[in-house]
Amino acid sequence: MNIKLFGESSSISSGTVKKNRITEKIFFGLLWAAAFITVIVLVAIIGHVLINGLSHISLQFLTQEPENMGKEGGIFSSIVTTVYLALFSLIIAVPIGLSAAIFLTEYAKEGLIIRIIRFGTEALAGIPSIIYGLFGFVFFVVLLKFKYSIVSGGLTLTLMILPTIIRTSEESIKMVPRSYREGSLALGATKWQTIYKVVLPAAIPGVLTGVILGVGRVVGETAAVIYTAGSSLGLPNSIWRPGRTMAVHLYILASEGLSKTNMYATATVLIITVFIINFVANRLIKRFIR
Amino acid sequence: MKVYEKIIQLFLFLCALIAVLGVILITFFIVREGWPVIQKVGFFNFIFGRQWAPTQQIYGIYPMILGSILATLGALILGVPIGVGCAVFLAEIAKPKVANIIRPGIELLAGIPSVVYGLYGLVVLVPFIRKTFQNQGFSILAGSVILGIMILPTIINISESAIRSVPKEYKEGSLALGGSHWQAIYKVIVPAARSGIITGIILGMGRAIGETMAVIMITGNSTLIPESILSPIRTLTGNIGIEMGYASGEHQQALFATGIVLFIFIMILNVAANLIPKKVGE
Repeated sequence: MNIKLFGESSSISSGTVKKNRITEKIFFGLLWAAAFITVIVLVAIIGHVLINGLSHISLQFLTQEPENMGKEGGIFSSIVTTVYLALFSLIIAVPIGLSAAIFLTEYAKEGLIIRIIRFGTEALAGIPSIIYGLFGFVFFVVLLKFKYSIVSGGLTLTLMILPTIIRTSEESIKMVPRSYREGSLALGATKWQTIYKVVLPAAIPGVLTGVILGVGRVVGETAAVIYTAGSSLGLPNSIWRPGRTMAVHLYILASEGLSKTNMYATATVLIITVFIINFVANRLIKRFIR
Repeated sequence: MKVYEKIIQLFLFLCALIAVLGVILITFFIVREGWPVIQKVGFFNFIFGRQWAPTQQIYGIYPMILGSILATLGALILGVPIGVGCAVFLAEIAKPKVANIIRPGIELLAGIPSVVYGLYGLVVLVPFIRKTFQNQGFSILAGSVILGIMILPTIINISESAIRSVPKEYKEGSLALGGSHWQAIYKVIVPAARSGIITGIILGMGRAIGETMAVIMITGNSTLIPESILSPIRTLTGNIGIEMGYASGEHQQALFATGIVLFIFIMILNVAANLIPKKVGE
């Protein structure tokens, strides 16, 4: 009786197991397909740009001024504008973001104010770049009379990258072991001395990660920059002058169909910059996890 | 010494407030610039008006609202299955070696500037659609495909970490009861990680609805109400992005008013993402 029952149930379950095996295979196949599609899409986009653009990259292209609306010549002034904007926004965003992160991790006690600050930071991260563009235009360009300039663009971008800087700094400060702080406090250091001399140095790789990610955001940004820093070609010879970043240059070349070769070459420079940024960021993240 | 410490603390606090101040300033100035037009036209006429003719002072953004919603929906239809599938794959199936190749790839996908996506859409996807369907190519379909790709990293990253944070015991329990690995995934692990997955999808929606440059380059930007998935559309972001270059006066204010509506969409998504319980299994 027992044996019969056992036999029955095992025959049923072997049937279900077989069916399960097949369903499992099918669905695992679909999951593989999802991952495969993701990789293929990435390879297709990057491959398309690099194949068409890599051969047009030369020292001249990087160091020559654009000519004839960007149809000919290089992208030197766009590179310079991009670097200016990245530097300007980082110089302001990093001290503010790091200070905010220190406050949130070391001083703040849970409560309404903290919840408001957290909500504000998250909201800032979620605002679309075109809204930043509108705000930067009406506030910095028009109201404060900064005109289309590196200053207007840089301040707009400062707000955009602030959430990233705050978050990465916060994470790295939280990683610093408690015992470091306790040791410093036990030696008679004040809270700020402990933060300044012990916590911050240990948190530097995380802060740098935020900086690198911020650079990535600035390099890729178009909508927020085009209506604040402007889109005029030519080297900005002061921070009060407008400029055209690489991403804006690419947008104009592509949408106006000015020059296929320069379009692909600019896109290639952008992609290579993103490669470098991701590589450096990964290196830093690995280091501060260890 | 005490005073010095207090001053530093105050300074740090003020820095922490700047993000909040930023949000307040942005909201205030967008509303201040856009409100007069909404007031003049009437809120319902503005968002349900079917005609956009700035030269005749007619401002109705219903076609753009529809455009934004349709392009975002299309992006979700394509991006969610692939994104969640890829996340499950990375968290549950992929060997570490395979996952370590794919993950940097996804970071790269997240880092590619939106103009490059737009460029790819413009030179590859739009001509492909034009050839296949014998139409103009610029369409909801083109926008949806590119946006679907652009939201993949957001969905994959957040879903994967949600799936990874499901306690091992859940899976072990399911396997111990004789369930297959696949049964454990779809009956136990994915349901337990659902709040994280939904958060990822909502943030992906935010990215899709807020994207500007790529969308301008591939959707055709027609202000007519779309008839099919192959019709050209203009999104809210596109409306602002295209016309800001030359608009002035009331026309420019109407673009800020478009910004208000976009802002409301984004805030609804933000609040929704915040309302989702963070804990596993809730």
